[in-house]
Amino acid sequence: MDRFLLPSEIEDAPGAADWRSMYPYFTRFQPEDDQRFWFYNSMHFPEPMPAFDTITAEVPYSAIGANTARVFVFPTTLGIEHRIVNGRVYITAIPVLDPSEIGRRAAIFGERASYYYENWDSLYEGWKVRMRSLIDEISAITVPSLPEFEDASVVFSSTGVAQNHYLRENFHKCIDLFSKMWHHHTEMLMLGYGAYVVFFQFCRQAFPEISDQTAARMVAGIDVIMYRPDDELRGLARLAVEAGVDDLFTEGCSPGFVLAALASRGEGGKRWLAAFEEAREPWFNVSTGDGFYHHHRSWADDLTVPFTALPRYVAQVRSGSLGVRPTEELRAERERLSSAYRSLLSSAEEQAAFDQMLGLCRRVFPFVEDHKFYCEHWFTSQFFGKIREFGALLARFGVLAEAEDVFQLHHTEVDQALSDVMLAWAAGGPPLGGAHWQPIVSSRKRMLAALREWSPPPALGPVPEALNDPAVRMLWGVTQERIEAWLSPSSDEVRGFGASSGVVEGPARVLMDVNQIGEIRDGEILVCPVTAPSWAPVFGKIKAAVSDIGGSMSHAAIVAREYGLPAVVGTGDATKRIRTGQRIRVDGDRGTVQVLD
Amino acid sequence: MNPWVVRLGATSASGASAVGGKAAGLGELIRAGMPVPPGYVVLAEAFGQTMAAVDPAGALVRSVADLGASDAAGIARVAAGVRERIRCWPLPEEVTAQIAAAHESLCSGTGSGSVSVSGSVSGSGAAAVPVAVRSSATMEDSAAASFAGLQDTYLAVRGTAAVLDSVRRCWASLYNDESVAYRRRLGLPEDGLAIGVVVQRMVRPRAAGVMFTRGPVTGDRSVVAIEGTWGLGSALVAGEVTPDRFTVSKVTGEITGRRVGAKLRLHSFGPNEPGITSCVMPASLRGRPCLTDDEARALSSVGRRVEEHYGVPQDIEWALLGDDPACPPMHGDPADRIRLLQSRPETVWAARSPGPVATPKPRASDHILAWLEKPL
Repeated sequence: MDRFLLPSEIEDAPGAADWRSMYPYFTRFQPEDDQRFWFYNSMHFPEPMPAFDTITAEVPYSAIGANTARVFVFPTTLGIEHRIVNGRVYITAIPVLDPSEIGRRAAIFGERASYYYENWDSLYEGWKVRMRSLIDEISAITVPSLPEFEDASVVFSSTGVAQNHYLRENFHKCIDLFSKMWHHHTEMLMLGYGAYVVFFQFCRQAFPEISDQTAARMVAGIDVIMYRPDDELRGLARLAVEAGVDDLFTEGCSPGFVLAALASRGEGGKRWLAAFEEAREPWFNVSTGDGFYHHHRSWADDLTVPFTALPRYVAQVRSGSLGVRPTEELRAERERLSSAYRSLLSSAEEQAAFDQMLGLCRRVFPFVEDHKFYCEHWFTSQFFGKIREFGALLARFGVLAEAEDVFQLHHTEVDQALSDVMLAWAAGGPPLGGAHWQPIVSSRKRMLAALREWSPPPALGPVPEALNDPAVRMLWGVTQERIEAWLSPSSDEVRGFGASSGVVEGPARVLMDVNQIGEIRDGEILVCPVTAPSWAPVFGKIKAAVSDIGGSMSHAAIVAREYGLPAVVGTGDATKRIRTGQRIRVDGDRGTVQVLD
Repeated sequence: MNPWVVRLGATSASGASAVGGKAAGLGELIRAGMPVPPGYVVLAEAFGQTMAAVDPAGALVRSVADLGASDAAGIARVAAGVRERIRCWPLPEEVTAQIAAAHESLCSGTGSGSVSVSGSVSGSGAAAVPVAVRSSATMEDSAAASFAGLQDTYLAVRGTAAVLDSVRRCWASLYNDESVAYRRRLGLPEDGLAIGVVVQRMVRPRAAGVMFTRGPVTGDRSVVAIEGTWGLGSALVAGEVTPDRFTVSKVTGEITGRRVGAKLRLHSFGPNEPGITSCVMPASLRGRPCLTDDEARALSSVGRRVEEHYGVPQDIEWALLGDDPACPPMHGDPADRIRLLQSRPETVWAARSPGPVATPKPRASDHILAWLEKPL
């Protein structure tokens, strides 16, 4: 077989024949798309897309392409196109193949990109300032309450604009800020990955048997802020013991109960609560996912995750076994690895080139690792929170049955629903949306449940002749080898990427949602759709981690390596093929998972 | 009195011209502190003296030199004659006496180094202790040409008389058909050929094999590739087994590759009878890896030390002590059970000299520009 299923050959998933009505026309496969190779972006979009959440594809691809194709003018690649079929996002990159065109673009790119590389540190400082101000802006957005009468200030300050106007303006502001955030996100990220790709490629040429994860360990950041949320929890556990309130942190404790109890525990309780509030902003804005779905709530939204980790950390403080991140040792290990590889190179010339490339990687690393906290976690948690507030307003006016239903509408549909409310508030009658939107929402929820049962093919269209794009390999793990594995899947083995080495066997615990985190028992192997940073607290409990999505530079991979846990990421369908309780063998070197039962 | 025999690793006669390539290499390993089974060397000069007596006018050597490289029948006929003469020639008395003395001392464990060769030596004395008698030609194991396996090796030889016979056989093996054909093909001179003989205490390995201190397929200098099988490594060298294969990162110590081979034959030697036997591998051992991860890592670090000593990647024969493969791995540091039987420079990748993967550029970011300008 030399091709995958063609887009035009895909049948509508049973029970979801009307899935197209959820998504805009520009996300649909066209007849000529049959001629191109597409792959399922399971890394970012492991689930069927609720209508609103398609904004996390539309906006990022709009920003990535703008930065690569138009702003920095990357020589060999334009942007990424995306399509949705049966709720799943498929993508393809548009390459530049004409040598003269590549040359023309390279001249522009060289000038523009080197400005960023050469001034990276100061540009990153500026970037953080801009990103913080976007976060402040989105946090400050208010959803008009639309009371019976306007506040008197509208008259006495003669502002001349009533609240219903701001309903739309403020909603648009949310969308616009989300778009700006993604422009910032991709402004530096593609360049940052460029440095990685070139260093990784050098390593693979000089040391053909080196794994991406070993190369990654030479780059790894030590003081990256993605570790902060977990560090803060450890600090809170220490404080609980010190302040004598540690008895409240027991396995299965409820966050609400503990917080209420602390308030009546005198000075110690007060101290702990103050520290808790301190840590919460911004560190609890860490999402339980990767920032691509509205239902990936942050720790701040749902305290279950941190309060699942705290009892274990408290127990470790009591037994004296709670470590601090051994930053000095990690730093020493990073230096030891890179100097050992460096010394194996064949000449001083090669070593000088190695130094340049590694140096550049380490320069870009803080951004590459930290941007996730600013963008996908901090900003995006605020963003979905605001949209939820608009949802609450729509529910209050009877347009939706509940606030959460707003995520079943595309952002342009939310726009319409808001217009309805603006008009109704102004006219004094009820909005008409209840009868219109509520059946649509119910039907979409049923369709999403049906789409969840559909197994998306990993790729569509003809097998590409050459697939040597290292960025696609690095970000999505799509290699020639991987494509071959997709063409002839193995029945008893789940294949992915070895993200952290080691081989272990143990019982599987399949968790589809971070809210089930309390179910994990010591010594189990976690199998989940995606291991986001917020899962880190359970890494001390498990033997190994397996995920449907992720690459060797994904956060899960970095954390797993740090905990010394074998990990296989990017398997595509481990959560479907493995059941809780089955004994499995995880080989973090080969990137395979075997079901032993 | 001329010394015809020296301790393996002695500095008095250590060059390849004096002791032959194999003995020189083993001697250097011993002096570098590597674990090599103890032994002694019959110097190349002893062979020279004997040949001077066997072929005083050089007629035999000339008859070999006159052979055409493609004259297989001629080579077979002439070489057989030369071998016969060497095998039957009585050794000079002084040489015999020195070998007997060195052998007695090796077998009683007093004279030739202190590295033990087995967990349990049954009995002692020159008659009972098995030794390996190995050819050490003065031209072999050079970095330029391998000469691998052209001359004879005799395993599990017991008693002085058998050793003396094996020494003559090693000498004669310089005129093995393949050796002669090899030299004729390369146009090498027949004059001044010489060969030493190494006699070492036999090791009784649990597992044995070879290792390369770079990837044999990829040339990667950051890994050690280990191949091994249960029992004597001769089964692997002879190609009778598909060995287990381990790849160990020199930098991280991680085992990055692990493949268990179908090891169908087992080479071993008995307590009394000479020579080795090849039998069917017990079913329970065939598909079981012959090394634990710790053992593979210990081997790779010994390999690295040897490579560091020589400064270039090595091709090493190793053995891991321990009596019975069917028993669980022994406790303690596996490094203490490693013995090296040979090390020579890796020749295949050394002969290729690819240019640098990259050279420095004016600005670090120029590397990225250069990469991005290449079409996908």
